[in-house]
Amino acid sequence: MNPRIRIMAITLSVLLLIVIVELVRKRRLREEYSWVWIMTGVVVFVLATWESLAVRLTHLVGAKIMASTLFFGGLMFLTVISLHFSTKLSQLSDQVKKLAQQAALLTEDLDRFRERREEDSSQR
Amino acid sequence: MADSSDVLVIIPAFNEEKNLRIVIEETRAAQMHARILVVDDGSSDRTAEVARSAGATVVSLPFNLGYGVAVQTGFRFAVRGRFRRIVLLDGDGQHDPRFVGPLLEGLEDSDVVRGSRFLGAARYRIPATRRMGMALFGAIAGFLTGDRVTDVTSGFQAFDERAVRFLAENYPSDYPDADTVILIKRAGLSSREIPVEMRERLSGTPMVSWPGSFYYVFKMCLSILVTLLREKPVLDPD
Repeated sequence: MNPRIRIMAITLSVLLLIVIVELVRKRRLREEYSWVWIMTGVVVFVLATWESLAVRLTHLVGAKIMASTLFFGGLMFLTVISLHFSTKLSQLSDQVKKLAQQAALLTEDLDRFRERREEDSSQR
Repeated sequence: MADSSDVLVIIPAFNEEKNLRIVIEETRAAQMHARILVVDDGSSDRTAEVARSAGATVVSLPFNLGYGVAVQTGFRFAVRGRFRRIVLLDGDGQHDPRFVGPLLEGLEDSDVVRGSRFLGAARYRIPATRRMGMALFGAIAGFLTGDRVTDVTSGFQAFDERAVRFLAENYPSDYPDADTVILIKRAGLSSREIPVEMRERLSGTPMVSWPGSFYYVFKMCLSILVTLLREKPVLDPD
């Protein structure tokens, strides 16, 4: 591997790890997701420092050059994670829908109770 | 005729301040004792005020969530209020409230009664592409359920308690269509169609702007397929 690419990959993975830790520390990223991104940073770091692993992986998947192995891996990772986000988004919209319905029904209940109470107190 | 105080008329409305008052008044004239519920689907105009001043109960969703979600909110209201017979009526004046009575009578021998504009004598001007889509999915729904289905997209329907309890949990978020008809059949609910007349909208733009027909056909096929692939829905035992 070209030493320049290696330095760049190592720098990027270290930066990624720092950003993730910072986001979790400031509570802008839930721990639930942080481990995925920490693993990503670690995998990039390991592949950048341990070249023979990347070479062996390339042989394993049957690719001609290491670059395509890395691209393929990255693409798969992004596909899986966006699928995961889609399911999460569906779940969230469903929850928002239920909350909105419940809020609407409860508001109507509350208004009705208020009116009744005002009528009661004006009668006294 | 049975006492209609157990009847709830659900009117989903999104920015319908112009038509709503007439619709509510006509509904009240047709069904004196029915409770009228307007589900305001996050309207930005005075829909809720108009409905309230016309004497309807109003449930306002905090933001626009679409027709199916508004209808489902109405179903949840019906379940909470223990209504026994529920009629669904559009807020734009297309559905003539005079047919609420016949729809309710149909509930005596089925769980869901769908008002079909194609069973009656009247003819309607409907764009050819839309008519083709309706015919196609009507035929599919008819084939899959074994019932006579002439108007799959009709939003003018009546439901009994059993059907509403089921739909309060399972109603799809989009406009009613073939997938809803199939879902109801799969849940073991009986349904039938009766002829109704529909009118042109009183004012404003129609609620359904016909989407790209290609997307519609694709989405509908997918919805039907998914409905069939899902586990058979279970009704409440009681």
